[in-house]
Amino acid sequence: MASITQFNPSSPKRDLIIMVVFAVAVLTAPIWLAPVGASYPDLLQRFAIFGIFALGFNILFGLTGYLSFGHAAFLGVGSYAAVWIFKLLTMNVVLAIIFGVLVAAIFAVVVGFICLRRSGIYFAILTLAFAQMFYNLAYSVLTPITNGETALTLALDDPRAIDAMFGVDHGAGLPAPSLFGLELTGFTAFYFCAVVLIIAFWVSLKIFRSPFGLKLLAIKSNQNRMLYTGFNPKPYLLVAFVISGMYAGLAGSLMVITDPLAGAERMQWTASGEVVLMTILGGAGTLIGPLLGAGIIKYFENIFSALHHAQLAESFGFLPNALVEPVVSVVSLFVGEGWHLTLGILFMLVVIFLPGGLMEGIRRLSAYVRAKRAGDGEETVAGGATQPSE
Amino acid sequence: MDTILLQLLNGLDKGGAYALIALGLTLVFGTLGVVNFAHGALFMLGAFVAVSVNALFTISKRVKDESVTFFDAYKEQPYLEIWFGDTGTALIQWSVPIAILVAIPVMLVIGLAMERGLIRFFYKRPHAEQILVTFGLAIVIGEIIKATYGANPIPVHAPPPVAGAAPIGALFGGNEALVYPWWRLIYLAGSLGIIAAVFSFLQFTTYGMVVRAGMADRETVGLLGINIEKRFTIVFGIAAVVAGVAGTMYTPILPPDYNLGMNFLVLSFVVVVVGGMGSLPGAVLAGFLLGVVQSFASIGAVKEIVPGIDQIIIYLIAVGILLARPRGLLGRKGVMET
Amino acid sequence: MFKDKSLTRRTMLKGTAIAGAALAAPTVFSRGAWAQDFRNNPGDASSITLGFNVPQTGAYAEEGADELRAYQLAVKHLNGEGDGGMMNTLKPLNLTGNGVLGKKVEYVTGDTQTKSDAARASAKRMIERDGALMITGGSSSGVAIAVQALCQDMGTIFMAGLTHSNDTTGKDRRRYGFRHFFNAHMSGAALGPILKEEMGTDRRAYHLTADYTWGWSQEQSIKEVTEAMGWETVAAVRTPLGAGDFSQYITPVLDSGADVLILNHYGKDMVDSLTQAVQFGLRDKQVNGKNFEVVVPLYSRLMAQGAGKNVAGIYGSTAWNWQLQDAASQNFTKSFGNEYGFPPSQAAHTCYVQTLLYANACESAGTFYPPEVIKFLEGFEFDGAGNGPTLYRAEDHQCFKKVLVVRGNENPTSQFDLLQVVKEVPAEAVTYPPDLYAGELGPYEV
Repeated sequence: MASITQFNPSSPKRDLIIMVVFAVAVLTAPIWLAPVGASYPDLLQRFAIFGIFALGFNILFGLTGYLSFGHAAFLGVGSYAAVWIFKLLTMNVVLAIIFGVLVAAIFAVVVGFICLRRSGIYFAILTLAFAQMFYNLAYSVLTPITNGETALTLALDDPRAIDAMFGVDHGAGLPAPSLFGLELTGFTAFYFCAVVLIIAFWVSLKIFRSPFGLKLLAIKSNQNRMLYTGFNPKPYLLVAFVISGMYAGLAGSLMVITDPLAGAERMQWTASGEVVLMTILGGAGTLIGPLLGAGIIKYFENIFSALHHAQLAESFGFLPNALVEPVVSVVSLFVGEGWHLTLGILFMLVVIFLPGGLMEGIRRLSAYVRAKRAGDGEETVAGGATQPSE
Repeated sequence: MDTILLQLLNGLDKGGAYALIALGLTLVFGTLGVVNFAHGALFMLGAFVAVSVNALFTISKRVKDESVTFFDAYKEQPYLEIWFGDTGTALIQWSVPIAILVAIPVMLVIGLAMERGLIRFFYKRPHAEQILVTFGLAIVIGEIIKATYGANPIPVHAPPPVAGAAPIGALFGGNEALVYPWWRLIYLAGSLGIIAAVFSFLQFTTYGMVVRAGMADRETVGLLGINIEKRFTIVFGIAAVVAGVAGTMYTPILPPDYNLGMNFLVLSFVVVVVGGMGSLPGAVLAGFLLGVVQSFASIGAVKEIVPGIDQIIIYLIAVGILLARPRGLLGRKGVMET
Repeated sequence: MFKDKSLTRRTMLKGTAIAGAALAAPTVFSRGAWAQDFRNNPGDASSITLGFNVPQTGAYAEEGADELRAYQLAVKHLNGEGDGGMMNTLKPLNLTGNGVLGKKVEYVTGDTQTKSDAARASAKRMIERDGALMITGGSSSGVAIAVQALCQDMGTIFMAGLTHSNDTTGKDRRRYGFRHFFNAHMSGAALGPILKEEMGTDRRAYHLTADYTWGWSQEQSIKEVTEAMGWETVAAVRTPLGAGDFSQYITPVLDSGADVLILNHYGKDMVDSLTQAVQFGLRDKQVNGKNFEVVVPLYSRLMAQGAGKNVAGIYGSTAWNWQLQDAASQNFTKSFGNEYGFPPSQAAHTCYVQTLLYANACESAGTFYPPEVIKFLEGFEFDGAGNGPTLYRAEDHQCFKKVLVVRGNENPTSQFDLLQVVKEVPAEAVTYPPDLYAGELGPYEV
């Protein structure tokens, strides 16, 4: 672990460059993701949404070292809250987002207040316990609120009181979420999520660079020492926990904005585990890492899982006929229904060879490039955004 | 009264499974300092030892089924039955007990291979990385089983004499109607036996003493010139055997599928933490405690008062205990608190 | 912004690039003047794409794999490869083995993971990226209902695979969703008379019910039928999904005075609870002077394999079984068996039939335009699909056909020979009024 003195190599100018590069990269994602078949609205939306989720998780885990195994619960309650706003009040997404984030924050305050009385693995298990309780109840006895297994969806006869008051006409079918009249579907919804992601990233950057962020890092590196100096870390931890819960709530409300349905399984421990994996895979404590991790896992889930035998046979068609079938049957172990296997192997390879996650790989690569250029006696910072914060 | 007795037995049974998995997790964590998310996978592998032994015994000759005319259907007759007659049939029927014996060396080898091949490189790594790599390993193991045996649960039955229910009421001169499955009683006895064996090993052998000393203070033991690492490797093997044999014994109760490990993983972590990280008696105590509490929470009368309580009781208890006792029931200070 | 616009994969990618460059500036595609334009209109392309959305990971992966096999077989038959299977028996049929409306049938697949979110993500990918004209699949009602609702919004037809909840064509019915599989209500209606015949009218039933919507709807349906014929319901206990160990729910049955245990479980829950119920000696028990019986209202042969010999003698209902003797079932079993080496499951059957029915509807309607295809399927009557004369009811898009009452085979000769057909209950006996479960289909045009 890098010490705090190494941290914060930033300057306002450098941060500005990071933001601009990041914003351009996100907004042009539909272009540069096209060659890998990931450039369709739903997946792009998911990249952005889970990016936000992982960014928020990283504020807690990356900065304080507190490993929450129940973060999906906040995403879930955010989703439910947003759908209820759609159903009861209005299809305008602004209110849904505000309410989703707010409800997630309230849950986070309560859960965080209790769980933060413990640390380490005890904290992790406490958060897991709360999330599992929410999930189990949402799936069964709370069905009147959550609609259980079938998931909470919009209905034609929802009251939508505010919309009704202003006489908004939604036509014959189910209404689509909108931003003051602009229907958020397809690419429009992606760009909406993208803008939110850029803002969320900016906030996260500011937190990393702030004295508050420094204090969190200090807690991570040695909480006892902080205590001895008469500094009470609890309020700071709770604020970090709640901010991170609000990010999850934001991601949850965006999920129902792009697809108005909230199911209990997005609160299951596997979903909480997923964001942990995303963050570690990309590089915990780095700015961009969690986004990378989120992107890779979602890419596997949506693209790798969809390759099937016939498509493989087609793409290996250039091989001699006798070879096609053996090659295809070996490859198909790793794609389609075997996509989990590839994901598992990827986790292992990354951790074994790149302990700091993918960001470590990028850092090593850029260090290597820099070393090659060292002859010029000039240090160039290539792509500021790739610099890890610790 | 009978209901209470039966629910107690159910709880102890369930608790036995939790305790055995938690015991292994704690052993590995206490000695090697590794959070092993692949531990549930070892339980699952143990169950599939039984499936494999059964599959091996029932390799069958396929005979055309003449009664099905419109499609090439086959009847199956195991070679063991063809060659050895009734002895062969008996072997097939007793495949679970045989599999338990097979599981011990097999799981030991798997455990040692896992430790030497992967885990040992992660002793000094942060817990987050241990979690990621062992979780990846768990997925890989699960997927290999899925590719081999499919995703459906596969039944392996207990031997016929103990496949049914034991008339425990009649045996102890109580209510005639009181019955409990033989295999569950055997399972309970088995898990108590294994727990006793592990504790005796640690308590009464020199080897175990060194391991305990190593758990308490690794550096000092190392300074005494003892190769603690080698002993810890063996400990990992033992943990694998404990989890594996628990899995093998569990197959007649719960037909295993490739996901079995994941289902038990989360609960056993809760058990370990409630018991107190690094405490072996704590793991066992918490395992049985949570098993029993879960059983009693599922009684209809209880559920009527608090709907859905059986779904959350374990987590509720976990929260309660962790808040009342900072380090779980019997945990030590300073273990995995950062 | 691409709503109601035709898109092939290529134009989509191209469109994406333009859209990206213009940063969300709405881009309009016009692909010539057809009478009706709609999402993923194949236009003059030489092939169409169907989307097969099945669980490939998780507890239903095996069922999903069997569904996928059936779909691939159906595609073969539609394109005129293989022996044609049910194309030889289905009537009326306009398909000729030359694809659909002269276009070759291609397909894409996705993994639902038995999760609503993942299933909708996967369906959206097939519609948005791969240009799928129709989505089909399932193995859990929650997923089917979620995907069906999505397809309604997207204006893409959804042919449900295995989904048994009353809600799918009840309160959650959709104009764009069709279900060939039967449901919990029909299971109850079919099982009732047989249970009466076999077990009498003086029985005390104990329900163990998976604690979610499907479980509740089945418990409700079975309760109604059995109580109407004089049975008493002693208790109905909810069990958490994926409980694994059901012992704590089974022991209370022992001294409850009940003499029938009804397991409203499916999949792995069913395997576990049944295995354990038998271990607790319930099958050998005598209560109230009668043999204790266990009933599994929804049987699946694939899952019954997991319970092994514990299914012997246990009653239940199923949509279809490969041992049926009619020509359609035999044809299908034969071509499936020859292709894969083992007989198809009921899930495979319903998925295969759904694919043919959709293809036939397009061929007969003379267009892929969904509203026309839907209108053709509504009220469509056919035969020769393995379940006798069948009606796709217009009011709720539910198929009405024979339901099988089966019993676990006492002496199976192979691992596939698990269920014995006790009775084929005719469609009339399981038909119910469409407004019994109130729901709204929604509009034709979206």
